[in-house]
Amino acid sequence: MIGVTLDRVSKTFGGAKGVEDVDVHIKPGEFFTFLGPSGCGKTTTLRMIAGFYYPSGGRILFGEQNVTNMPPNKRNTGMVFQNYALFPHMTVFENIAFGLQVRKQGKAEIREKVTRAQKLVHLDGYGERRIDQLSGGQQQRVALARALVIEPNILLLDEPLSNLDAKLRDETRQEIKRLQLELGITTIYVTHDQSEAMSMSDRIMVMKDGVVQQIGAPLEIYNRPANRFVASFIGETNLWEGTVERVEGGQADVRIAPDVLLTGLAANASPACKLAAGQKVTLSVRPEAIREAGPSERGAANTLSVKVRLSEFTGVSVNVIAEAGPLSVKALFVGQGQRMREPGEDMRLAVAPESIYFLE
Amino acid sequence: MNQPQPQSQPQPRPQPPLRPNSRWSALTTSPHFVYVLIAPLFLILLAYVVYPFFQTFLQSIKQEGSFSLHNYSRFFSLEHTANLEALWTSVYISVLSVVTCGIVGVSMAFLLERYDFPGRKLLSVLVLVPMALPPLIGVLSFEFLYGSSGIIPRGLQHLLHLEKPPFTLKGIWGVLVVHTFTMYTYFYMTASSAIKGLDPSLEEAAANLGANRFTIWRRVILPMLTPAIVAASLLVFMISMASYTAPLIFGIERTMTMQIYLSRTNGDLDMAATQSTLLSIVSVLFLILMRWYQGARNYQNMSKGVSVHRTEVKSRAGRNVSMVLSFLGVLVLMLPILVIVLLAFSEDGKWTTQVLPPSYTLDHFKDLFTDSKTWRPIANSFKISIAATIGNLLFGVAAAYAIVRMRFKGKTLLDILIMLPWALPGTVVAVNLITAFSEPNAFSFGQVLIGTFWILPLAYFVRHLPLIFRSTSSTLMQTDRSVEEAARNLGASWWYTFRRVVFPMALSGILAGTLLALVEGIGEFVASILLYTNKTTPISVEIFQRMYAFEFGTACAYGVLQIVMIILVLYVSRKLTGGNAGSAI
Repeated sequence: MIGVTLDRVSKTFGGAKGVEDVDVHIKPGEFFTFLGPSGCGKTTTLRMIAGFYYPSGGRILFGEQNVTNMPPNKRNTGMVFQNYALFPHMTVFENIAFGLQVRKQGKAEIREKVTRAQKLVHLDGYGERRIDQLSGGQQQRVALARALVIEPNILLLDEPLSNLDAKLRDETRQEIKRLQLELGITTIYVTHDQSEAMSMSDRIMVMKDGVVQQIGAPLEIYNRPANRFVASFIGETNLWEGTVERVEGGQADVRIAPDVLLTGLAANASPACKLAAGQKVTLSVRPEAIREAGPSERGAANTLSVKVRLSEFTGVSVNVIAEAGPLSVKALFVGQGQRMREPGEDMRLAVAPESIYFLE
Repeated sequence: MNQPQPQSQPQPRPQPPLRPNSRWSALTTSPHFVYVLIAPLFLILLAYVVYPFFQTFLQSIKQEGSFSLHNYSRFFSLEHTANLEALWTSVYISVLSVVTCGIVGVSMAFLLERYDFPGRKLLSVLVLVPMALPPLIGVLSFEFLYGSSGIIPRGLQHLLHLEKPPFTLKGIWGVLVVHTFTMYTYFYMTASSAIKGLDPSLEEAAANLGANRFTIWRRVILPMLTPAIVAASLLVFMISMASYTAPLIFGIERTMTMQIYLSRTNGDLDMAATQSTLLSIVSVLFLILMRWYQGARNYQNMSKGVSVHRTEVKSRAGRNVSMVLSFLGVLVLMLPILVIVLLAFSEDGKWTTQVLPPSYTLDHFKDLFTDSKTWRPIANSFKISIAATIGNLLFGVAAAYAIVRMRFKGKTLLDILIMLPWALPGTVVAVNLITAFSEPNAFSFGQVLIGTFWILPLAYFVRHLPLIFRSTSSTLMQTDRSVEEAARNLGASWWYTFRRVVFPMALSGILAGTLLALVEGIGEFVASILLYTNKTTPISVEIFQRMYAFEFGTACAYGVLQIVMIILVLYVSRKLTGGNAGSAI
């Protein structure tokens, strides 16, 4: 087990910037995810760790060792590529054995290790198959076995699930997590799928346009997003702009529409957000934190009347998109007994103060 | 600790200087290292393509050591119009060739792709037969079949008891017919792949919108085929301009290639250089035009697995007519090969005025491999071809890898320089090499190459430069780059990766190109005729000489050998690449 440090790493391609000033320490044994939309620099960062790109600035350390300009074949990382990159002219066995042959290990040893790796990914008995005789999921597992069999210091996964269909993706996701926990290997995972990132990672680094937006545990990133981008990229959220009217006793009142005043806890604010009277701020409220107000709450604090525009039933929940004057409100009601709402129907919604998060 | 990180941290952290792992890795990770790797490729191109070309150009503008355009004014002079006539003849033969090849090729493509009739399968295999004919043998077979003492005209004369043969193929008509026969395949192949790519639903869509059959043709099908037709036209024009063998056999002296040959044999080297330069300019212009056009327009339908539905010819009369026509087609396509095979068994010097050779023997084939005199050209051809192909192999694979996988400035230049020798007529390649290597220089390691064995492999190397390069780069392009990265990631060095991953994956392309280069070398005639010596006579030149000695049998036996090798290679490379050989087109 070994940690990875990116010490203010940047990469430019010609004039275009790829990644700017990435500064992070990945702990030994951690499952760490780079998350972001396509073109955000997550794959570039991963490829610098693998050694396919050399940084334009900064250092990369494996443990204490500086590997910034080390060629990829000396790094002992195991990488699973997005399209698997299996050798089409070799069998499953030969693919998995490749890295061991490079390391000049004995025939018997290779056979034993490959067999064990095949078992690990549930591909025993597939050794003599050609790559084109495998399904997508099986190919994925060969790629995983090939990366793991060399006992790498670090496992690198570049969107390994994106070529699988939805059901297989869930299975494989659990499989990868299981292997990672079993082997305790430091793992860096690249994805654009936030639910994948949330469910698997110890920590997530959210990136956009080559710049790190936030680093933190999934819960933290979900509940305390650093900025509007993180708030809207991770899960669904309502973003309402308003003006702070009063900050007192650990509470902040913000007017988001002429007739809507919401009160939240002042502690629930991103560090960049200054809560002071007259300040413009953005409120982030998750749809699932909004509930229907009871008849007794008419006119109570933190409620708003809305007109339903659209409602949809997903099985787990009823999602409602509604309007409160100029505001658009997304709400999600989970549980039995929910009914579909008709467009044009009036509703009263309530927002709990502790579910409001202030952004700059 | 897990605080959101603002992008600029205020406290400046002292940043240790980048410490490279070793001096070697500092060198190899430098972005300029790639230029060290590709320098040899450029050097080879400089030495054997650019430098000879430039020398020829220099010779054409020099008169007794000083700059002069005298040669060019001689070329364009209106007093001795031989050169201008040659230019004109070359151009109009080429234009006519484009027209006839276009008509034959495109209609063949339509017939075979769109209609189903008795004999279609056989015809669609045989339609590519002209590609199996080595250049010289192809022309000779037409001379034997339809020439002034050809089998068909004489046969008809005997059959119909005429005074003289009803027709004979000669002069410009001969050249045109041979061009049509040997070059319509370019139209056929591009047109038929375009037709295969035509999504039938496009036509259905047009019909659904109310277009009738004629409108569909005019507004949908023809415009979709235009890129294919234009590309083939440019190609055929270029090859016709470079055509040397057909004018030689049919005695048309007033073409550019023949003029170069004549100037050269008459010792007027300045004029040969001038003519070569002018012909090169035309060819290169066409190459550039073609590349530009291919880049500018591409309607190729990307939808895969479209099924072309063939219209079945149903009426009884239609079936009979198509049957007869298919039979004739098969006959015309097969006759050239059949006549070469037949003549290969005829006794030398016995065939004079009869329709068919009167007496036959197996001796020619025995002699080929047993008589040292007849064996020598075969050995020569193999030696030259193998030497040249080894060079092509090393160069082609390295260049293909560099162009497909590496990033460097000057990639387009490298690509153009490699394609250049292909655009140059063989005659010009030979003249360029003669001007460059008739004196010792650095690129020939201080040797005079003219008159030695090595000038021939060099010429073949230059002429076939693009073959292995093209086939290798097209397979490399289909293979995924990340596979190489996976190997590197698993700890393999660059060389290990190349050996175990890149090379095996590109092997089919490399092998197909290598075989093609080898067999093209065995059939090479145009450059050889200007460069050979008595000791280094290759097969095609030997065939030519035997023809003039009226030893038709021996000549044709060599021809059969060439044809067999070509068919073998075509078959093997089709198997290797699954029919998508990266041809040099």
